[in-house]
Amino acid sequence: MKRLLRRLVLVLALPALLVVVWWLASDGSTDVFWPPLRTILRTFPDVWTADRLRDDVLPSIWRLVAGYALAAVVGVAAGTVIGSYRRVRAVCEPVLEFLRAVPPPVLIPVIMLFAGIGDTMKVTVIASGCVWPILLNTVEGVRAVDPVMLETARSYGITGPSRLRNLVLPSAGPQIFAGLRQALSLGIILMVISEMFAASNGIGFTIVQFQRSFAVPDMWTGILVLGLLGFVLSVVFQLVERRVLAWYHGLRASARRSP
Amino acid sequence: MRLQNAALGAAGFAAFLALGEAVPRLGLVKEEYFPPTSRIARALADELSDGTFWTALGDTLTGWALGLAIAASAGIVIGVIVSVVPYLREATASTIEFLRPIPSVALIPLAVLLYGSELRSVLLLVVYASFWQVLIQTLYGVQDVDPVADETARSYGLGAWARIRYVLWPTALPYVMTGVRLAAAVALILAITGELVIGAPGLGARIAVAQNSQAVPEMYALIVVTGVLGLLINVGARTVERRALAWHQSVRGEVAV
Repeated sequence: MKRLLRRLVLVLALPALLVVVWWLASDGSTDVFWPPLRTILRTFPDVWTADRLRDDVLPSIWRLVAGYALAAVVGVAAGTVIGSYRRVRAVCEPVLEFLRAVPPPVLIPVIMLFAGIGDTMKVTVIASGCVWPILLNTVEGVRAVDPVMLETARSYGITGPSRLRNLVLPSAGPQIFAGLRQALSLGIILMVISEMFAASNGIGFTIVQFQRSFAVPDMWTGILVLGLLGFVLSVVFQLVERRVLAWYHGLRASARRSP
Repeated sequence: MRLQNAALGAAGFAAFLALGEAVPRLGLVKEEYFPPTSRIARALADELSDGTFWTALGDTLTGWALGLAIAASAGIVIGVIVSVVPYLREATASTIEFLRPIPSVALIPLAVLLYGSELRSVLLLVVYASFWQVLIQTLYGVQDVDPVADETARSYGLGAWARIRYVLWPTALPYVMTGVRLAAAVALILAITGELVIGAPGLGARIAVAQNSQAVPEMYALIVVTGVLGLLINVGARTVERRALAWHQSVRGEVAV
C-alpha cells in the first residue's frame, strides 16, 4: 500500500507541478498567443464535442492505425529477409538507404499525384514514412543475433519457420520494438502533416483551421488533444511491448535481482 | 568482400534507376505523374546550375545542423542525469511519456503565429522533434546496463562519475549513437517539413513552389536532392558511429562475416 502510494506520488508530482507552473505563469496573460491555461481548459469541452470526436478524431486514428500496421508488417518481413542474407543486404542496402533518406513529407505531393487526396493518400504517406525505422531496426536486430546461438540452432537442426519464431525474431525483438516505437511518433507526425495538406476532416485539419482563424485557445486545445492521443497510443504500445517482450524484461529483472 | 558488396550495391542501384526509366516509358504509369529517370536527371542538372538552389540548400542545412546540435546535447545530458539520479526516472517518466508523443508538427500553427516563416520556426520544430529521439534512446541505453557489471563496479568502490564513464556510457553509447543517427534523419525531415508547410526559405519551400506550378520533373529532382542530403547525413552519422563503436559486437560482426 505504502509502495503504491509512493509510486503514485512519483508519477503525479512532476506533471502536477508543471501544470501549476503553467497555470500561474499564464494566469492573467494578455499575450494573444499564450492565453491563460484557465481559458484553454474552459474552451476545451466546447471544441471537442462528441460530434467532433466522431468526425475528426476517429478518421485520424483510423488512418494512423492502418498506415502503421501496414508499415509494421512490411518492415518486419522485409527487414528479416534483408537482415538474414548478406547478399540480399548488399544488393538492397544502397537503394533502401536512399529511399529511407528521403524525408517522408516531401512524398505527400508525389503521393497526391497518384492517390488523389483521399484516405488512400494519407495511409500511404503514413506507411511509407513509418516503414523505415522498423525495417532498419529489424535488419540490425536480425544481424546481431548471437552467433553462438545461431550455430547451436544449426547443429540441433532447427531451421526454417521454427528458427525464425524461436530464435531470430525473439532475439531481434527488443530492437524491433525500439523501431516500432520510433515509427509511432513518426506516424503521428505524418498523420497530422498529411491532414494539413489536403483534407476535409481530421485533427491536423482542425488545428490548422483554428490557427488560420486566429482562434488561439481553440488551437491550444488541439495541441492538447494531440498530446493526449500520443500519450494514449504510447501507453497502449507499452502494454503490448510488456506482453510481447515479457521474457526479456523478466530476464533483465532476474539478472538484476541476483547478487 | 568489401568490393563485392559495393559491386552488388551498385548493381542494385542501377537496376533501380533502370526501373525508373522503363516504367514510365512502357506506359505502366503516366509520364506526367512519374517522369523517367533521364528527365528527372535533366531537371536536376538545371537545378544545380541555379544559384538560388544553393541558397535554399544552405538555409535547409543551417536549420538542420543548429537544431540537431541543440537537441542532441540536451538529450544526452538530460537523459544521463535522469537515469542516474535515483527516483528521477520514475518521477519524470509520466511527463516524458506525455510530452514526447506530442507531434512536433502540432507546434506548426504556434510557430507560424510566433515567428512567421523564419528560421526560428523551423528550429522550434527540429529541436522539439529530435530531442526526444536522443533522450529516449539514452534512457533505453542506460537501462540496458549489465547489472553484474554495475554491481562489480560498485563493489570495487568506483564512484558515481567513474561508473558513468566506464560502465554506463559504453553500454549506452550504441543506443545513443542510434538515437543521434535517427535524430539527424528526423531533424532533416522536420527542417524540410517546416519549410514545406510554413514556407520558411529552403528546399522544402522550393518543392512547394514546384508542386504549385505543376513542374513535376523539378519536383522529383528536388526530392532526389533531399534524399541525397539525407543519405549523406546517414553515411556521415554511420561513419561516426562506426568509429566510436569499433569495439562493439554489431560493428565487429560486420567485418568478420
